[in-house]
Amino acid sequence: MRRSVPVLLWIPAAIALALVVLPVIGLVARSDLGRLPALVISPAALEALWLSVRTGATATLLSLLLGGPLAVVLARGRLPGLRLLRAVVLLPLVLPPVVGGLALLYLLGRNGFGGQVLALFGLRLPFTTAAVIIAQTFVAMPFLVIGLEGALRTAGERYEAVAATLGAAPWTVFRRVTVPLLLPALGSSLVLAFARSLGEFGATITFAGNLEGTTQTLPLLVYVQSESDVDAAVAVSLLLVVLAIVVIAVARPRSIEGRL
Amino acid sequence: MRKLVVAIGSAALLLTACGGGSTSSSGTSTTSSAPPESGTLTVLAAASLTTSFTKLKDEFQAAHPGVTVKITFDGSSTLVQQITNGAAADVFASADTANMDKVTKAGLNDGTPQLFARNKLEIAVPPNNPKNIATFADLAKPGTVVVVCADAVPCGAAALKVEQATGVTITPASKETAVTGVLSKVESGDADAGLVYLTDVNSAGSKVKGIPFAEADKAINDYPITVLKNAPQSAIAKQFVDFVRGDAGKKALGAVGFQIP
Repeated sequence: MRRSVPVLLWIPAAIALALVVLPVIGLVARSDLGRLPALVISPAALEALWLSVRTGATATLLSLLLGGPLAVVLARGRLPGLRLLRAVVLLPLVLPPVVGGLALLYLLGRNGFGGQVLALFGLRLPFTTAAVIIAQTFVAMPFLVIGLEGALRTAGERYEAVAATLGAAPWTVFRRVTVPLLLPALGSSLVLAFARSLGEFGATITFAGNLEGTTQTLPLLVYVQSESDVDAAVAVSLLLVVLAIVVIAVARPRSIEGRL
Repeated sequence: MRKLVVAIGSAALLLTACGGGSTSSSGTSTTSSAPPESGTLTVLAAASLTTSFTKLKDEFQAAHPGVTVKITFDGSSTLVQQITNGAAADVFASADTANMDKVTKAGLNDGTPQLFARNKLEIAVPPNNPKNIATFADLAKPGTVVVVCADAVPCGAAALKVEQATGVTITPASKETAVTGVLSKVESGDADAGLVYLTDVNSAGSKVKGIPFAEADKAINDYPITVLKNAPQSAIAKQFVDFVRGDAGKKALGAVGFQIP
């Protein structure tokens, strides 16, 4: 099979590969290997790592709980205007995250409509860890929605239709037929959503701010440190690279390669 | 596999070829642009200079037809990072001497940096001042949402200096990476108070209210400006620096509250 790839394609393919791999090598080359272990396990880095993992996992879970049903509705629902709705859901994928952050700030900030409703209950979102999670969910959920929706469309409605004709109620069909159909795509979609949450920067810094232990996730720490202590920034960047590799390895390349 | 190795090898050759090409072309543009007064001047300026330098840019362009001035406003420390990593720029205006020192230490300045303005901190609050902030010590009151600049940014360094001088410890809700980030969070009403420059309060107009405090004199920021080494437009760059330090600059900077040294 490999033999059928034209030689001409190898050159741009190699450049593409170099574009991905060389910057990481550059990062490793720039790192101060002597100080690296100390920098990676510095309290600031560990605090940011823990915050990133916590918020990323929560955002992924939220994406699943909210985005999963949305994917089913989009793929199987019979409503006029559903196509338009699908385009709207994909907005965070296309929007620069900073714009998303500003939009969140003006909705959920103290003077925003949502913020004023929250204030009635004594809640304030900006500058809290909850704001980080909302920002991450905002940018990550579309990955889950398109992943699952695509899988549902590819699978078609035959099985569900058959189940229904055999007398299964809609909830039973969803539970016993739709969900199992989704499982293979679920893994890759979750990984993508988690990875996107981990990398979130723009929406977080605009909506949630930047404070150690509360809202300063790994990417924010890298940005702040790159201005004062480059060695520390590089070390934390390498930590993120390792984290990304772990995420891909755990998720099994097959699930990413196969679906989507 | 052998094909892959060959392909990567050729890609590497291609990349190095491209790299060589671009440096040599920028080298020729430096020499050719020297005589006539035309081209694009690239200025990196501290975020707190946004209002005054935008005005100076228009005036400079009007006085020098054929010259386009492009200004990047950002936290001084971000700009320094860009300069030390080889950003092709002509002029750098910093909001403090510490960040300018990083540039001179790296030998990336052309001539001694010149002081052109002084600035000090002021407390910015939303127009209705919800927490009735009146003094610097009020910022430490529990339940007050205060936003400051990150320590590496000049406005953050100045804030730290005032805190040390007064013994007042602020627990910020966020440390923004540029002074404009602090201002926008006060403007949106999400912060009860922010520590910004006097000039930022003046530039923001009615969107925020400024509360001067005496302790601000403990941390006066000196603003140095310099032409950068290897500036593609070094002749125009020198004129721009003179322009900033001349009457036009004094007027535009003074209008937003900068002190002129």
